[in-house]
Amino acid sequence: MIDRRDPSPLARAVSGFLFVAIVCLVFADIAISTVDPWREFGLLLKGIVTPDFYSTDSLALALAYTLAFALLGVALGNVFGFGLSLLFHLRLVRVGCAFVRAIHELFWALIFLQLFGLSPLTGVLAIAIPYAGIIAKVYAEILEEADQRPLSAVPVGSGRASVFLFVRLPDAWAHFRNYSMYRLECGLRSSAVLGFIGLPTLGFHLESAFKQGQYSDVSALLILFYLIIATMRVWMKKPLLPAYLVAAIVILPWSIGFSWANISRFLTEDIVPYPLRAGGDGALAAFGDWLAMLLFDQAWPGTVATVQLTMIALVATGFLTLVFFPLISPLLLGRVARTGGHVFLVVVRSTPEYILAFILLNLWGPSMLPAIVALSLHNAGIIGHLIGRYTETVQLRLDAVKGANRYFYEVLPRIYRPMLALLFYRWEVILRETAILGILGIATLGFYIDSAFSDLRFDRALLLILITAMLNICVDAISRSVRSRLRLQTTLEQR
Amino acid sequence: MSLIELQDESAGYNGKEILRGLNVKIDAGERIALVGESGAGKSTLLRLFYERLGEKAALMPQDSALVQALTVFHNVYMGRLHQRSVWRNLRNLVLPARRDVDEVRKVLVPLRLEEKIFSGVGELSGGQYQRTALARALFHTGDIIVADEPVSSVDEHQAREILATMNAEKETVLLAMHDRALAIEFADRIIGVKDGRIVMDRKSAGMTPGDLDNLYMNPDV
Repeated sequence: MIDRRDPSPLARAVSGFLFVAIVCLVFADIAISTVDPWREFGLLLKGIVTPDFYSTDSLALALAYTLAFALLGVALGNVFGFGLSLLFHLRLVRVGCAFVRAIHELFWALIFLQLFGLSPLTGVLAIAIPYAGIIAKVYAEILEEADQRPLSAVPVGSGRASVFLFVRLPDAWAHFRNYSMYRLECGLRSSAVLGFIGLPTLGFHLESAFKQGQYSDVSALLILFYLIIATMRVWMKKPLLPAYLVAAIVILPWSIGFSWANISRFLTEDIVPYPLRAGGDGALAAFGDWLAMLLFDQAWPGTVATVQLTMIALVATGFLTLVFFPLISPLLLGRVARTGGHVFLVVVRSTPEYILAFILLNLWGPSMLPAIVALSLHNAGIIGHLIGRYTETVQLRLDAVKGANRYFYEVLPRIYRPMLALLFYRWEVILRETAILGILGIATLGFYIDSAFSDLRFDRALLLILITAMLNICVDAISRSVRSRLRLQTTLEQR
Repeated sequence: MSLIELQDESAGYNGKEILRGLNVKIDAGERIALVGESGAGKSTLLRLFYERLGEKAALMPQDSALVQALTVFHNVYMGRLHQRSVWRNLRNLVLPARRDVDEVRKVLVPLRLEEKIFSGVGELSGGQYQRTALARALFHTGDIIVADEPVSSVDEHQAREILATMNAEKETVLLAMHDRALAIEFADRIIGVKDGRIVMDRKSAGMTPGDLDNLYMNPDV
């Protein structure tokens, strides 16, 4: 008889996540509630194959605005992020960065919308602030990993600034540049999505075209957006950057002003919890009731739904990745099929999950299903791409088996750990995305935050955003400890 | 006047003592080679010398330690990083000034690196790479050079060229070497290190590589 081995910690962790996801799925509402989802889907497909690039004059302007917000936001985030990365040894800076990046761009945009209205400042800052937090962390890591050996050869008595410029910065520079390109791609997606809350970017036009059933316009907008992202390495050249930035500043509608009175009222009155603002006897007791009501009626159900959806989406992303990565893997497919695979993966990972969810929600009606599918498609597109690229470096022996046997015996065991590492790494990202999908009407934390904003109850919105940020920071910490305990290395990751 | 005087001192790194009972006196103008098995403590002793000398000495570390992302010009220019203002350094990083380029070029010409001045150091051959590290040390205005295995990765012809240049350009030369014949040829004083102690310290004149055998023989084997 063969002894049964104890399961490895990795196997235990993975089955734990599977179990949790299944339990979450049992309690999830994943019904399709529209009367005839397939008819609408047919119309959408028809629209997608018949794009109409000339229907609206504003299409070019929408793309220009999308680019302008992304460029300025990412540039500003880069400047702040770089500065902060130099101070990253300070605890205050580390905590501050973790906090600002735990709040999604859309939530920042909702806040700035109250401060600056539709001034371009809203869009630029909504991207720049969370990005600065992310960039600071990544740049600090890059600087730490840079080659330290040349430090020993620096003449005694050289100033710290000179040593930094000549020894530490040059090696990190190429990494900074690559990472900035990746961030710009993220920035374009963020910028597009900002349109959904009223800024004049792609999302704005996408939403109205969709609501009116003009699927040919939707198709044209998306195709142009993919083209911009796919050709980024062609048009984004260093010498052109200053020109792009100037152009971005020039075209944005800065004439839309904002009032200082608004800002000061928001900061000094609107965000103060209502019972405290009202004052009087029993303000404190009223504040207790207010807090209890928010925590039990909104924060708690919102958190439960957010975590539930996140866990399902995380595991679904894992399964979908197993299907997606072979599409571009030279170990498993020929050149022609891989080209198709690349196009498919570019499309799914370039479409912001928010837009995917929006489209599916319109087809299937409100439930968790559109969110699950959108999150797992987008994230599996990203991880599948990275894993597929990773398999390009794997050398199989000449007599390796073929077909399904190769997939299960040669490829899967090799990519299993790197894939899990990336999945755990994106856990927190998926959580952040899940929260904002609430704005579309799924009952995650974003739903309650968005409702509070539309009811002009900014005190509630702020508290709920803080809770969302804390949840993010917790999941980030758990994910980091899981990864280090299971020794899942994340060198592969596109940070 | 002596540059360094150690009296019964010890040395180590990371809080671990490697060398003890050190008694050495080094005068300006000497050319000294530290020899001994790898792991005997040559690098530790050399580092101790370098720390004592401070700004007066240029260091050529074991692995050359060039900044990969920069050009030959920038790497060599770093030899005078401590004598220039941050602004001048920043300016030269972004757009090298003609005056500084000309000065760096003067060092590169005899090392046959002139044409490579604006090449990235990643594109250099092994010998060119090592000569760039030497150029950086020569560009340093101090008249002492401290070099840890400066010729470990080049052929003998290039090794002689590098060592001869060092002797010609710098007044005082402190080397760690594993090649005994070259050490005797280019240094006028040999310090033998074994098991964390200085076990030999004498003029190299008339010495043969065989005289250094007992530095390398391990009694346990």
